Amino acid sequence: MSTTPSSSELTEEEKGTVGLGNPPVLANPSETVLSARGLIKTFGKVVGLDGVDLDLFPGEVLAVIGDNGAGKSTLIKAMTGALIPDSGQVFLDGNEVHFKTPQDARSSGIETVYQTLAVAPALDIAANMFLGREQRRSGPLGSVLRMLDKKGMKEAAGKSMANLGIATVQNMGQAVETLSGGQRQAVAVARAATFATKFVVLDEPTAALGVKETGQVLNLIQQIKEKGLPVILISHNMPNVFEVSDRIHIARLGGCAGVITPKSHTPTEAVAIMTGATTLAKG
Amino acid sequence: MVAFSRNRSNSYGKEAHVTTSVEPQAPASAAEQFALRQQSPLQRIQHLLHAHPSLSPLMVLIVACIAFTIINPRFAQPATISIILQQTAVVAALAIGQTLIILTAGIDLAVGATAILAMLVMANLAANNGVPGGLALLIGIAVGTACGFLNGLLVTRLNLPPFIVTLGTLSIYTAIGLLYSGGASVGKNKMPSILNLMGTRFPIGPFRLTIGVVVVALLAAVVAFVLSQTSWGRHLYAVGDDIEAARLVGIQVDRVLLSVYTVAGLIYGFSAWVLIGRAGTASPNAIVGANLETITAVVIGGTSLFGGRGGIPGTILGALIVYAFNIGLALAGVDDQLRVLAIGVLIIVAVSIDQWIRKVKA
Repeated sequence: MSTTPSSSELTEEEKGTVGLGNPPVLANPSETVLSARGLIKTFGKVVGLDGVDLDLFPGEVLAVIGDNGAGKSTLIKAMTGALIPDSGQVFLDGNEVHFKTPQDARSSGIETVYQTLAVAPALDIAANMFLGREQRRSGPLGSVLRMLDKKGMKEAAGKSMANLGIATVQNMGQAVETLSGGQRQAVAVARAATFATKFVVLDEPTAALGVKETGQVLNLIQQIKEKGLPVILISHNMPNVFEVSDRIHIARLGGCAGVITPKSHTPTEAVAIMTGATTLAKG
Repeated sequence: MVAFSRNRSNSYGKEAHVTTSVEPQAPASAAEQFALRQQSPLQRIQHLLHAHPSLSPLMVLIVACIAFTIINPRFAQPATISIILQQTAVVAALAIGQTLIILTAGIDLAVGATAILAMLVMANLAANNGVPGGLALLIGIAVGTACGFLNGLLVTRLNLPPFIVTLGTLSIYTAIGLLYSGGASVGKNKMPSILNLMGTRFPIGPFRLTIGVVVVALLAAVVAFVLSQTSWGRHLYAVGDDIEAARLVGIQVDRVLLSVYTVAGLIYGFSAWVLIGRAGTASPNAIVGANLETITAVVIGGTSLFGGRGGIPGTILGALIVYAFNIGLALAGVDDQLRVLAIGVLIIVAVSIDQWIRKVKA
């Protein structure tokens, strides 16, 4: 259990960044929704995570950016049970957790929207919203015959979509494969927002979308934030990241090249740090 | 814009496309216009079939029945219909299990071998080992269930493709059946009456049905209910539709698959009982064509070989179509090879329709 934050190897500047100074000040895990300390994950000889620290504060949108292979997906997976870190600690609401599977994280209130969306195309919207946690009918129809409460789930699905301001989809009985890419994304995001109690992870939610649909997804992220749920947004897209995020965690070469905010740095600087053209230097 | 190019057959879509290119300042109205477009009749059919995949086999069955009756009015007589139903029962029962497996994007080539093994076990135990009929029946069904369970274990634990697993167990179960029975049949008079129960005929109006027909109809209703109304059914569809998505939303994919193969084995074991009733004897050479016949019924019934789409009503219709064609074409005096040819054409048409309706767009 390495508790030495490897980010101490980096030199960071003090441009008004939150939870970051020189030497780096990591938040007390009791003040964060999620904290990772010294996460290490290796794949054979490849170092996926090289002692990464991360803090997610209540009510914020934290972007995780980084080049391909920088370790952003590995970092998220190591925190949400999809991968088990070789070493390091993860705290949820100040309590150390050891997620073994994504289901462990899910049952703790962490919802992830995967790049592949994880929807069953032939099933309808309501079925997808409740997939894996279907509701049964009350009374003997549910307890003895195990009948699904299809009507109730449809209504609840419609309500969740409406709460997030998704008006383009009306019929919850529509098969997901008949929806546009943006609408599918909306279904996946609405599902995550409905069932998450701690935070939502969005993995490249706008990668496959057009301009208009991207705007809708960014709007959804704001809606989730307004609900009081923190969001971790993994993205390549600098304009999107700078539009919606409060803080930006820059992953680089399996480590963290620094945490910046949209106010303290420009997208160009963020890209420079991400690619290693610049390092966050003091002063 | 992708949608525009994909809907060339649609006159409104074309119009909207032209509008956008001529007046680029009004894309919103063009998009709205596009959203409100009328669907062409073909698209409506596509949407209808997408929502109700068993409609096409229903139409085929109705048209075929009308055609066969016009060619030879004897086709519509209660006696003929009774025979069709009795003949269909065994394959329909086996095809119910096959449907479950195909819905998970798998396939079961050991369906006939499993049913025959279960049948030989029940018949031989009762006839040669003095096991009471009821107990022999239960043991036989348990053997069928175990066969399915083993298939499921191999598919989920060794991650082998279902085709290969069941190709292997097809030989294994066939060989075990032959070794166990010594290749001998068990005659009707040597078996306790409970094993022949399913073949008992009784009249309903002008029809003469067997208990097997009624029981298979009930079995179909129960499985159809479970598929459409329970979480297990929904998870089964999700696993067949997109196994990775199912895993990511927390469905225990391996557990679902193992349960599906086991339930299918249970249904095959149960079908063995129906088979004894239908055949009268328990022969190792019964229903040799079961594999292809069940897959034919499932596919003609509109269940997708790629998983996740279809269901029991279609399979029952598919099985009825096969036997309606058998008898209808025989009554029409057509050469038997033409009947085989017709079934082949039906299979290809059914799979083509499946491919077409998967391309449905909003």
